Amino acid sequence: MKLDRRQLLGGGALAAAGAFTALGPRGDRAVAQHAGAGHGMKGHGGGAHGGGANGATMRKGQTVDHHANGFNPTDLLRDFDEGTTRQLASGRTLREWEVVGADKEIEVAPGIKFPAWTFNGRVPGPTLRAREGERLRIRFVNGSAHPHTMHFHGIHRAEMDGVPEIGLGLIEPGKSAVYEFDAEPFGMHLYHCHVGPLAEHIARGMYGAFIVDPSQGREDADELVMMMNGFNTNFDAQGNQIYAINSVAFHYVNEPVRVKRGELVRIYLANILEYDPINSFHLHGNFFDFYPTGTRLEPADFTDTIGMVQGQRGILEVRFPHKGMFMFHAHKTEFADLGWMGFFEVV
Amino acid sequence: MEDGSQTQPKNEAADASRGRLPAWALGAIPLALIVAALAALLTVGGDTLGERLGPPVEEIAVERTVLRPGEIELTVRNTGPDPVTVAQLFVNDSYVDYTTTGNKIGRSGTETFTLDYPWQQDSPYLITLVSETGATTEHEIPVAVQTPTPDGGFYGLMALLGLYVGVIPVALGMLFLPFLRRVREHWIRFFMAVTIGLLGFLAIDAYLEGTEIAESGTGAFGGAELLFIGAGAAYLGLFALDRFLRDRGERAREAGASAFQLSLLVAIGIGLHNLGEGLAIGSAYAVGELALGAFLVFGFALHNTTEGLAIVAPLSAYRRPSLARLAALGLIAGGPAILGAFAGASAYNPELAALLIGVGIGAIVQVIVQLVPAIRDRVGRALYPASVAGILAGAAVLYTTGLLLAV
Repeated sequence: MKLDRRQLLGGGALAAAGAFTALGPRGDRAVAQHAGAGHGMKGHGGGAHGGGANGATMRKGQTVDHHANGFNPTDLLRDFDEGTTRQLASGRTLREWEVVGADKEIEVAPGIKFPAWTFNGRVPGPTLRAREGERLRIRFVNGSAHPHTMHFHGIHRAEMDGVPEIGLGLIEPGKSAVYEFDAEPFGMHLYHCHVGPLAEHIARGMYGAFIVDPSQGREDADELVMMMNGFNTNFDAQGNQIYAINSVAFHYVNEPVRVKRGELVRIYLANILEYDPINSFHLHGNFFDFYPTGTRLEPADFTDTIGMVQGQRGILEVRFPHKGMFMFHAHKTEFADLGWMGFFEVV
Repeated sequence: MEDGSQTQPKNEAADASRGRLPAWALGAIPLALIVAALAALLTVGGDTLGERLGPPVEEIAVERTVLRPGEIELTVRNTGPDPVTVAQLFVNDSYVDYTTTGNKIGRSGTETFTLDYPWQQDSPYLITLVSETGATTEHEIPVAVQTPTPDGGFYGLMALLGLYVGVIPVALGMLFLPFLRRVREHWIRFFMAVTIGLLGFLAIDAYLEGTEIAESGTGAFGGAELLFIGAGAAYLGLFALDRFLRDRGERAREAGASAFQLSLLVAIGIGLHNLGEGLAIGSAYAVGELALGAFLVFGFALHNTTEGLAIVAPLSAYRRPSLARLAALGLIAGGPAILGAFAGASAYNPELAALLIGVGIGAIVQVIVQLVPAIRDRVGRALYPASVAGILAGAAVLYTTGLLLAV
């Protein structure tokens, strides 16, 4: 008799048995299936959730090669690049970074390779973090085969804006340039390449978070960076085939974001998606304080869903009162089913 | 053999072969050289030209879709020059888990992908196959209907369908035989002209439908040229069959034999046509596009009854056609509809359908050529007011009855 996965899943015995059951209905495949909501779910199953009526998933039992990619989205969450600092004669702090442009093929879903243009070989690029009022100096070395720039969202002189034909203009392959400006205003900002065709230079992966902390700092928290992005893998400029947080589709389903119950969690969130006009963030079972652009210290909203147009960003603060698996995803659910979906695992 | 009896040509042959190779060797040597040259080109010839200018060409197409509860099975063929690796699939913008016989599809090869997806009856779906390079190939399911499983009930239904649209209408049309045997000769010629009109319209209609079907295929085995291959093979095959029967007939000299042969050819031609028609009906049923019911059966009965008339028209001059012979003609003309319905509903393939429709077209054209002498008047003209009226009437009848059918 051939085993029917649906019948087995419907069986009460299985639901009672625990969270995971591996079935091999044809002998040539082993399928891990999430047996029921609310029973908990192991954190590192590799394609543990979804399938059929259980929802969208990439092909089961496969993950991307993070080693070949050179980055793991789980590590990117808490990877803040504070550069190097030294005191200027005036007493101000000078903060410096070197960022390298590089062309690199990355695996954005199991088996799907994308020819990306990157900052520091990763998508999104490094999260550059400074404190309000500091002097910032960013040396950009273009190791890519294409001209690029670094355009920062912030307050600065026109010459430092990182757009073609103004100030430093295009940084040609093999060339380098130094962008210098003050860290203002405090908040959650962006940087990205601004070379034409603009949509392609962004969609290829040339963007990152630029965080300016207020001078008095913020309350201690478990801080996470989430860049809502996507990949138009067939380059038709009509929407995207892959949607994600920090580049790899369904990554935080396979490796849920582990946080502690009751601890303050602060999420630096930005929408850098090309070819779609809007994106959104929805958290299950919890509400968060939302600080648009992070430029005020008082929350503007207490909600579980926010929408963002391209380039919009903000800071979310949440304390999870309950342990368990809590889904988060675009509430533009088409994006969720195409990869922009994940879990918080509250322990 | 004595020396003196050698003929001149033999001497020449002996001269030509003196100190030379036998004839078979002269044939075998170039053959061996061609094989060796092709093998060399295959192994090293490509390297001398270097790589192609662009990236690998990824061309794949879904050849067959099977819908089972909670599952969509796709048979995917590589129609391009390079191997293609399918990495992921999404249905209506939602990625799905799947199993496969193999992700990498070699040149001209096929692989099967079984998608775990809770599809709903009667809904449309768009499936996107994403290759390892991110290239996408879309496959549309206009209306999702569970694919029938080929069990006894299914074959029974297809047999009944074939009987309704093929055998019964043809048999009904053949009932006109006694009437045709009593009417005067110029009326016979008129009815033969009607038959030509009917068949001509069928051929054009089949060509238009066949072109559409050929274009809906993956193109791996060609498109519209399959129609012409099928038509050419059928036309020449039936031509040869006709010559064979005539050669035998000259020996037998049985009165009216040529009339029966003409009927047989018409029946074979119509039978080949009905094979394609059955195929279309069966495949439409399998994908849920066929509205079964009284209207379909009635429409086909009216439409195909005229085909029965075409078979018996040449028999009016034939003295005593036995019932068995008439039944055989009816089965030859109508029976293939049943076979076509089986094939269409269980293993439909646009390329095969195009080829079979082409066969039907070739057969019909051959039959028209055979019928033309039968409408000639006393002075040998094929086209005169009455025959033209008959041809147009035949085409008009098929056109109007065809409007009743929407397959």
